[in-house]
Amino acid sequence: MPLLEVTDVNKVFPGVRALDGVTFALQPGEVHALVGENGAGKSTLIKLLTGVYQPDGGELRYRDEPARFATPMDAQRAGISTIYQEVNLVPLMSVAHNLFLGREPRSAFGLVDEKRMVREASEILVRYGVTTDVRRPLGTMALGAQQMVALARAVMVDAKVVIMDEPTSSLEPREVETLFGVIRDLHARGIGIVYVSHRLDELYQICDAVTILRDGKVVHTGRLAELERIRLVSLMLGRDMSAVRREGFTGFAGDHTGAADAPPVLKVTGLSSRHRLHDISFAVRPGEVVGLGGLLGAGRSETIKAIGGAYPVDAGEIEVGGKTLKNPTPVRAVQAGIAVQPEDRKAEGIVAGLSIRENIALAVLPRMARLGLVSDRKIDKIVDTYMTRLRIKASGPDQRVGDLSGGNQQKVLLARLLATQPRVLLLDEPTRGIDVGAKAEVQALIDELAADGLGVVLVSSDAEELVEGADRVVVLRDGAVVGELTGTNVTTEALLETIAAAAVSSEEPHDN
Amino acid sequence: MTTLVAPVENDVRRSERSDRIVDLVQRQGALAVLVVVVIIAAAAFPNFRGYDNAGTILIAAAPPALIALGMTFVIITGGIDLSVGSLYVLGGVVSAYASKWGFLPALLVPLALCGLVGVVNGVLIAYTRMAPFIVTLAALLGARGLMRALSNEGSTTYLVGNDGFRSFGTGSFLGIGYPVWLVAVVFVLGMVLLSRTRFGRSVYAVGGSEDAASLMGVAVRRTKVTVYVMSGLLAGLAGAINAAKLGSGVTVLGTGMELDAIAAVVIGGTLLTGGAGTIAGTIAGVLLLGVIQNMINQVGNVPSSYQQVISGAFLAVVVVAQTYLVKLRRRT
Repeated sequence: MPLLEVTDVNKVFPGVRALDGVTFALQPGEVHALVGENGAGKSTLIKLLTGVYQPDGGELRYRDEPARFATPMDAQRAGISTIYQEVNLVPLMSVAHNLFLGREPRSAFGLVDEKRMVREASEILVRYGVTTDVRRPLGTMALGAQQMVALARAVMVDAKVVIMDEPTSSLEPREVETLFGVIRDLHARGIGIVYVSHRLDELYQICDAVTILRDGKVVHTGRLAELERIRLVSLMLGRDMSAVRREGFTGFAGDHTGAADAPPVLKVTGLSSRHRLHDISFAVRPGEVVGLGGLLGAGRSETIKAIGGAYPVDAGEIEVGGKTLKNPTPVRAVQAGIAVQPEDRKAEGIVAGLSIRENIALAVLPRMARLGLVSDRKIDKIVDTYMTRLRIKASGPDQRVGDLSGGNQQKVLLARLLATQPRVLLLDEPTRGIDVGAKAEVQALIDELAADGLGVVLVSSDAEELVEGADRVVVLRDGAVVGELTGTNVTTEALLETIAAAAVSSEEPHDN
Repeated sequence: MTTLVAPVENDVRRSERSDRIVDLVQRQGALAVLVVVVIIAAAAFPNFRGYDNAGTILIAAAPPALIALGMTFVIITGGIDLSVGSLYVLGGVVSAYASKWGFLPALLVPLALCGLVGVVNGVLIAYTRMAPFIVTLAALLGARGLMRALSNEGSTTYLVGNDGFRSFGTGSFLGIGYPVWLVAVVFVLGMVLLSRTRFGRSVYAVGGSEDAASLMGVAVRRTKVTVYVMSGLLAGLAGAINAAKLGSGVTVLGTGMELDAIAAVVIGGTLLTGGAGTIAGTIAGVLLLGVIQNMINQVGNVPSSYQQVISGAFLAVVVVAQTYLVKLRRRT
């Protein structure tokens, strides 16, 4: 009898069907992996289970009774605890206060019994490998230890179900071991665990069952041990292993290896960032599109951001056109000729409230300003050039970017990047969230830009897009380069195999 | 639970000792400065040393201290209350007006009125998620207008008609005015409330991270409403005390009191961004500002406006130091 189950639930947001007839059951004492790419519906499902959202249809049952959680608090009180990817505690408060907030032991007159709380907090946290002074502010502890406090808090509430959303993303290998110890213990106590992670090694190490979501639907559910890694990956990405590669599926024309001998326009050597990136090296020649492959969390976006000066690195060298980029910051990176199209175009890219003209002008202002002034005519000319060249469909340059379609927004963003006259273009999911027709156009545009001699780095979760768009694909896993596909090897099958290949040392934590 | 794996490394960021020092400076910085300033003042001005002068400083600091106490709670939740200066004046006028009905009305009517404004502030801020700055600015203007209306554009000054209330404001016990004793009691209650109750912890949690607090089950909105009500009540009480002290509802004092209170709270080590702070620090902050004022009065020929220059300088130094300390703490 399942502990927590949803049957045939739907969740519809304006314009999106986030969950479509999803059925999911968690047994007591089971560690159930929930996997899927971004937008597959994992978060929505978790939010349904924890009372953040209400289902639009279908049934939610908890401990064999129909249940309805109006708020996250309701779910928590019923015994469903959630540990979020980002630690959701109060950094300025002490560890003990965080652990006990709202449940502080009280003495006479209803006052908080500080001594008892500190003592009990220490006793509890030792079992999670946290041996610090619990009176310290939580924020002074390492992220891993904070995560452990969050876990201890979640379990303390007499939880029957613990939902973990990428709990290891900020943990060090040793802390991951501690976490797994705790999970095994919860498992033995009959607590059901929903475990969301993109790290395949971890899933196979700790999970009993798996449910794979894609495009809001369950595409597979069953015992994890019976599911091959490669099959899991192909189910997740929606690419049948035996499917024949369809030519022309995307808008990409073909290879552009015209400048095979030219010196690289971008060279990255030994890029490392604590826990996230380990010794990443690759090079891009002018006119070449290099893909970065891998699952979510493999370090693709981090790599791109690091090159763009927006992600801290501990070591490594970035060369643009043979010149080393010292102490990269976003401003220095732009000056060196690097243009980054961020993954989240709404949050980090366009300014939705401004017009097309103003958005494009943002990028060119610093370069064209004379004594801080820019002539309107010059801007109009540039805006006009890019609107024509990128085939931006709008009522005019003064239309608000927020009112454009996703594809045209993306083009405005590209126009803004190109207006800085970059030598290297870093594209993070350039076709996400835009419709099929616009997708092909953006893809064709990427082709053209490469043909014009730009070095392009392409990140895409769409295997087809990556394989057809890129001349070479550098495959990342857990923040390290695990393979490179070149020439005729650039196929979906090879990509999936490289992603899925079990790490030789999967038992050992990957230290650098 | 029995599983015990390799202990997690907790101390990769910084040694606990340096942490403690940072903590101590942040918490007790204002107190240390206060001690230094008092020693200097005592050495420089013979008149400063007297017991009477201490009483003078305390009685002068009593109303601002109450306002700063309420402000401490508000600021720890990450909010701000600009209405308290106006409420303080309004409270004084209303108290003087109501004193003709007796002692209790003189005390309770301003509390009720200012508390009501606090409820409105709190409800608007907590439930409509409007910015505290704007909501309380509106309340500032509204309360000031109400005060003007009650006092016929400030031309009517109501005298305190109740002798009992009057003597509460002017009388003293052990050379310390009654209002100071009352304020002391309120502060003790405030300290217990902030540091030793679940409500107090939720005040810190809301200011530390509102999202986390609500996910952890803290009644965020109720907490917010409560602190604004407290702030309003305390401002009203401060006004009543002042009316009792002066014997009338003075309409010209109190403009800008909210800023003095914010200054005292921040000098006392409370983070303007919320989540951290102590009432002990606020006491030190209030007294520091009071002592500086008193010192300047001792010098005699310095215009008292310079007190504000010096307070401002202190505030700037404290804010810079706080920013630095917070950076030190959050360094990754």
